[in-house]
Amino acid sequence: MSFTMTKHGAVVVVDVEGQLIVGNRQELKQKVLDELEKGERKFLIDFGRTGYIDSSGLGVLVSLSKKIREQGGELRLANLNDDLKTLFELTKLDTLFQIADSRERGLESF
Amino acid sequence: MRNRRRTGGQPSDPSGAGVPLDPARLALELEIPTDVRLIGRIVQMVSREVRDFDFPPHLCSLNVPVALSEALSNAMLRGNADDPAKTVHVRMAVDDRGLVLEVSDEGRGFDLESCTRDPTTADNMLREDGRGLFLMRRLMDRVERYTEDKAPRRNVVRLTLFRRESAAG
Repeated sequence: MSFTMTKHGAVVVVDVEGQLIVGNRQELKQKVLDELEKGERKFLIDFGRTGYIDSSGLGVLVSLSKKIREQGGELRLANLNDDLKTLFELTKLDTLFQIADSRERGLESF
Repeated sequence: MRNRRRTGGQPSDPSGAGVPLDPARLALELEIPTDVRLIGRIVQMVSREVRDFDFPPHLCSLNVPVALSEALSNAMLRGNADDPAKTVHVRMAVDDRGLVLEVSDEGRGFDLESCTRDPTTADNMLREDGRGLFLMRRLMDRVERYTEDKAPRRNVVRLTLFRRESAAG
């Protein structure tokens, strides 16, 4: 389970490798908030290498989305596989987030 | 963490509704300390076992991992109040009808109905919490809770997933 951050133009891309669950969601939250604190405003979380997300993981995405928006920024998601899409549909979080099919589409959407 | 693979049974007398866990079909039994950092590994272990029992891939990659992750998280953080001295037990039984997972903690239990919130309402969707029980109940065919009859009267959450041919049962 790891989070890797890279910069693509004005967008911070976060790769979530493994699971996003109760045991590591604080780490993701802190890493993104640190970047927000430094002045970054555009964030794309890429779930291409993510296994599953639990409710804590979903919760942290909601929380980050709010905090980033409060600072005038945007958080978008990309590369959800069918399982993750099901999770977002079940919880209707697919209506809360902008979700792109690929990292490239996600970057273009900003 | 102690991993005890059991093929024999042990006395089990769960009170309450639903499909009891058949001790003769026990495929996995674990006793783990309260430490959320262990959840990923436990879920991986159980998911591998489920795959070996020929459940469809998406049940092994989505339904079981997420529902079990939620049950473990609740057991550790709510049932055991994040106390590392307290333990969580995981038991899994499989037969032709399906799979039963039981996660128990040392807490006093809770009411499933009143604790389940709908996270899809406009207000609740913006909350960081409140999706765990909802997801468990959407991803598993049955979710039940009971308190063991015998001391130490652990709080048990039972998750049932039927094989698709017998899902109506």
